[in-house]
Amino acid sequence: MSAFSAIGEEREIDSNEFTPGIEPQATWCPGCGDFGVLKALKQAMPDVGRTPDEVLMVTGIGCSGKLSSYFESYGFHTLHGRSLPIARAAKLANPGLEVIAAGGDGDGYGIGGNHFMHTARENHDMTYIVFNNEIFGLTKGQTSPTSPKGHKSKTQPSGSAKDPVRPLSLALASGASYIARTAAVNPNQAKEIIKEAIEHDGFAHIDFLTQCPTWNKDARQYVPYVDIQDSDDYDFDTHDRREAADMMFEAENALHEGQVLTGRFYVDDERPSYQQEKQATGEMPEEPLAERYFDEDYQWERVADSLLDRHK
Amino acid sequence: MTKDLVWRIAGGSGDGIDSTSQNFAKALMRAGLHVFTHRHYPSRIRGGHTYVEVRASADPVNSRGNGYNFLLALGDSFARNPKENAIYGNEEIKPLTENLNELNEGGIIVYDEGLVDISEVPNFEERVEENNWHVYPMDLRSLAREHGREVMRNTAGVGVTAALLDIELEYIEDLMRSAMRGDVLEANLAILQEAYDIVSEEEFTHDLRVPTGDHDEDQLLISASACIAYAALDEGCRFISGYPMTPWTEVFTIMSQNLPKFGGISEQVEDEIAAAALAIGASHAGVKAMSGSSGGGFALMGEPLGLAEMTETPVVLIEAMRAGPSTGMPTKPEQSDLESILYSSQGDSNRIVFAPGNAAEAYDQTRQAFRIAYDYQIPSIIVIDQKISGEMVNVDESFFDREPNPSLGTVLSEEEIAEAAHHESGKFKRFLHDTENGVSPRTIPGQKGGRFLAAGNEHSEEGHISEDPVNRIKQMARRAQKLEAIRDDLDSQDGSHQTTFGPEDAEYGIITWGSQQGAVMDAVSELNDAGHSVKGLGVSDLMPFPKKDLAAFLESVDKAIVVEMNATGQFRGLARKELGLYGEKMSSLLRFDGNPFIPRNIVEAFEETIVEGKDDVSNEHTKFLPEAGVTQ
Ligand SMILES: Cc1ncc(C[n+]2csc(CCOP(=O)(O)OP(=O)(O)O)c2C)c(N)n1
Ligand code: SF4
Repeated sequence: MSAFSAIGEEREIDSNEFTPGIEPQATWCPGCGDFGVLKALKQAMPDVGRTPDEVLMVTGIGCSGKLSSYFESYGFHTLHGRSLPIARAAKLANPGLEVIAAGGDGDGYGIGGNHFMHTARENHDMTYIVFNNEIFGLTKGQTSPTSPKGHKSKTQPSGSAKDPVRPLSLALASGASYIARTAAVNPNQAKEIIKEAIEHDGFAHIDFLTQCPTWNKDARQYVPYVDIQDSDDYDFDTHDRREAADMMFEAENALHEGQVLTGRFYVDDERPSYQQEKQATGEMPEEPLAERYFDEDYQWERVADSLLDRHK
Repeated sequence: MTKDLVWRIAGGSGDGIDSTSQNFAKALMRAGLHVFTHRHYPSRIRGGHTYVEVRASADPVNSRGNGYNFLLALGDSFARNPKENAIYGNEEIKPLTENLNELNEGGIIVYDEGLVDISEVPNFEERVEENNWHVYPMDLRSLAREHGREVMRNTAGVGVTAALLDIELEYIEDLMRSAMRGDVLEANLAILQEAYDIVSEEEFTHDLRVPTGDHDEDQLLISASACIAYAALDEGCRFISGYPMTPWTEVFTIMSQNLPKFGGISEQVEDEIAAAALAIGASHAGVKAMSGSSGGGFALMGEPLGLAEMTETPVVLIEAMRAGPSTGMPTKPEQSDLESILYSSQGDSNRIVFAPGNAAEAYDQTRQAFRIAYDYQIPSIIVIDQKISGEMVNVDESFFDREPNPSLGTVLSEEEIAEAAHHESGKFKRFLHDTENGVSPRTIPGQKGGRFLAAGNEHSEEGHISEDPVNRIKQMARRAQKLEAIRDDLDSQDGSHQTTFGPEDAEYGIITWGSQQGAVMDAVSELNDAGHSVKGLGVSDLMPFPKKDLAAFLESVDKAIVVEMNATGQFRGLARKELGLYGEKMSSLLRFDGNPFIPRNIVEAFEETIVEGKDDVSNEHTKFLPEAGVTQ
């Protein structure tokens, strides 16, 4: 039996396998968009052909961060904003793992903004789902980085003076090689997007619009969305960075004005993943590093002769 | 004739002082001597006064010693700022003025006539006479220019040193041959020989010569930073993540340069939060991993450190201290991060902290830190500082002749997982309540049947977030139990981490921790030579605290001084907290001016306070805190 026999296992996979013996109703409010993400994710898994034991779900803190509790797989419920550095190291340590990171808009675009920029820049082969409900859910409804200008909350009583973050443009500028937006109100598109993102070899960012009926009833996350790939009005080349940038800009403006444009915005399948780049520089082994610790035949080198000579 | 040679080479940062002194130290080591180097440099890249000392003796050396007896003043070639009032104006004479205070009586001065105008040095002639110094002006610059380039003044200086001290050139030439090639090598060899020959013909007024010695076996010239890196490699560490910060950068650089050769991965990332988080992620996924930083960066690591404690993810962090608070003095040592290392991050701490007292201990304790981290699933921290991180000492080559230990510790195989307890949902019970020593075996993502949730929130046996009070108490108790098990484990190892020196039945004790151990050892010898009855204890385990070792030491002496490099007596505070009444016996000698203790500071303080009973010490660089109960 190999050390990681779950990795690469070929068999029929049922989406029910991803349901643990603990129910999301425990913490998520009725009508929360987070249910939509969980459902779409579970449904995508049989299509991507990964078993619970070969997936590592790394989440931040927030209502969204609870995804790792309600999705049955290996999980790491980390710290507010810190899912990405943990997730990308796990991927470097064992590239065979399917690494998915998730968290809220406060988590990913606020406190974890620096990590978001750099993980996208490095183009790690992983999927990042940001539950964008334009609010801090778990801490009870404060203004978040994606809340619209003028948003009033207990911590911004006179209305926010800040323009919201533009997640898609930010991801593109940072270097993400797959960028999409989908919405919890549209499970079919969401499932497709998640599947594509997981199968993409590089950093796939999904800005996932989720409604928070408890704290953010005014958000546009509920309104009918437009699938830009299905509409002739939005014809553009998702492989062209400039066209994608224009389209993202338009979609982000539209959201502020109440229209929800979703779909895939940018796909670069040419760009090598970080792992490939790092292997090309000779700074990452071809075999999964983690395997080595289970390989009885591996000859562990000690520093003695190779390095000590220079000290003589 | 003096027993030890303490050679100081001084000049501007960027003048090659570091490499020259390292080669010189190596040459002396190869010639059979014990060596010890001490670096002093400003937080500037080029220019600014810098020096390195090389102490060489026939006997093992523990510290830089008291003062020095040979100055090679090169002149600061980067100091010529053409602007009149530039902040770092003309500093050409600094290699002399900055160094003369510590030059011992009867010492030698060689200075570069080509760069230094001696008439600008205040009271030079008088001081030379007063101190019976022997001065040899040499036009090192012209000599270097004649055969090569001006920067080779270093080589000329080494040639002069060799001639004045009667050192054979062969070791220095060998080192040059292995480091250089072609014209550069030829030029340097020519300069070395020429400088040597010129001086040899002169008549010397001094009687200082290089000591002679012999090693039983091959020696290595090595720093604690290199020892930490090599220990990590020997422990099978194959992942490092970091963000540069002096002096942690040394360990980070050595690891980054070598890991790829061992098939490992090094990541320079966006900040220290990410750095520690990456190490945790890699370890979670089944790779032995480390990270580290210095004070300010380590402050950022507090958050992921707590995560590693809560999720019981093994990881090794290095904290290379420098003077604080805030960015403090980036290139100056201090031991003032102790409290932040012990207690940073929220909640009740469960971490391991070791503070090695020299390079060899740094190797041993780093290996131990990895073993403990992986066997007990707990973060381990190695504390060093700017002093010990870069100072070079000789260590027997055979010391490093150890077996690698790639064990991931308490990780189950898939066969074992199949037999292990699972929750009905299919989750593996990663965090069992009832275990023998607090350690509940873990699994690695990708292993069949091993899935669990690692949560930074309090969690149930299978990892689900839980606020159940009964579970909470059990999980807290189990995590705490690991510390006790680790204390027992460490106590059962051959040889203690605590280093004792001096006569066992001595009347007085001097206690220190980490990098000041060598200076305290030398002070203890000097005090006993002078007829006092003193013994020393260098403490390396800071958490879990070695209560037994310290209590026994304190019980056996009348009084004890704690020597540490900070302003508030942080170690003494820790010892008092851990030991209660025994701790009241301790007074403190503190130094926090950016320079480490020299043995003389400790000897004088001992004589003034313990012997003469004064309430304070006369040395302006040190501060004395009386024992508890005495009003300050
Ligand atoms: C370092 C830190 N700061 C603050 C918090 C408190 N906190 C928990 S969740 C959260 C915001 C959650 O908002 P978001 O990321 O948008 O996720 P949501 O709950 O809306 O899904 C905050 C501020 C924390 N846990 N850690
Ligand atoms: S507070 Fe909002 S985001 Fe959180 S569970 Fe309730 S509805 Fe969902």
